[in-house]
Amino acid sequence: MAEPAARRRRTERPAAAAPALRGLKGEPGPDVVRELDALLHHRLRLGMVSALAAAESLAFNDLKGLLQASDGNLSVHARKLEDAGYVTCTKTFENRRPRTDYRLTTRGRQALGRYLGHMEAVIRAARDTLGR
Amino acid sequence: MATTPSAPPDRTPPTLHERALADLRFIRQTMEGAAAFTTLSGAGLVAIGLSALGAGFLAGSAPGPAWLRVWIVEAALALVVGVLATLAKTRTARLPLLAGPLRKFGLALAAPLLVGVVLTAALARAGFHAVLPGAWLMLYGSGLLAGGAFSIRLVPVMGACFLALGAATTLAPPALGPAALLLGFGGLHVVFGALVAWGHGG
Repeated sequence: MAEPAARRRRTERPAAAAPALRGLKGEPGPDVVRELDALLHHRLRLGMVSALAAAESLAFNDLKGLLQASDGNLSVHARKLEDAGYVTCTKTFENRRPRTDYRLTTRGRQALGRYLGHMEAVIRAARDTLGR
Repeated sequence: MATTPSAPPDRTPPTLHERALADLRFIRQTMEGAAAFTTLSGAGLVAIGLSALGAGFLAGSAPGPAWLRVWIVEAALALVVGVLATLAKTRTARLPLLAGPLRKFGLALAAPLLVGVVLTAALARAGFHAVLPGAWLMLYGSGLLAGGAFSIRLVPVMGACFLALGAATTLAPPALGPAALLLGFGGLHVVFGALVAWGHGG
């Protein structure tokens, strides 16, 4: 049976945050690690959200070309972002060909803003350490 | 047999701040790339191409150096059409006009265009009219190639086509100059404009 989206989201965030940061040197601090959005810590999902933050909406093929991703890979990660409510997906027909467009939601934009804040905090902390 | 011990491969994991810097760089590049997808107006390029086709036919029937005046008016018209079409597309996409890749594209294109204006004045005054078509095509092509680094892939390809056509025109007999202008500013704009409009949202 398919796992409900809400449950999948709950298990993804805290559980995936640690593996995503595993293998990284340094002392990130417990707060930063805990608060990092695991969904956005994945390079392809981060790329999708960043691209959609710059453009009002992008077609599946535009995203594929921009991020140099395969159809399957992009679909899987777009679905995860959709399930989390970060992006919305619209399917239409253009010249009788199916077309899929993605848009960033307010929630997705806020998540990207938070993620950027965390990354900046990490860099600031590293600079402070170097300055001492 | 004794072997020289080689240094172990550098498998040092990146520090968190290195990863953060890489992420910020990646976000910036992706956002710039995405904005480029939406700001180039294919319809505008087609309109510029069509007006250039008209100018080409008009210049062909113009007596003496009057062809030069026709193409100068056409260049000014193309600039206005290009700016208006870009304005319309950025407004539709709700993107700032003077930010990110579009600004870089404009700056990269502006330099060779300014050189073209100065060269046109100097060469026309010296009577070297035959050199102008090749020079215009090559300068515009190099501007598109440079600006294309901040836009979709079709733009640098179009720039390379202009550059190649300009080089061929410069080396070809002067009588082919008007045809080259028609083919370049007319034909290439219409073809690439249609491709951009079809593949990148108008």
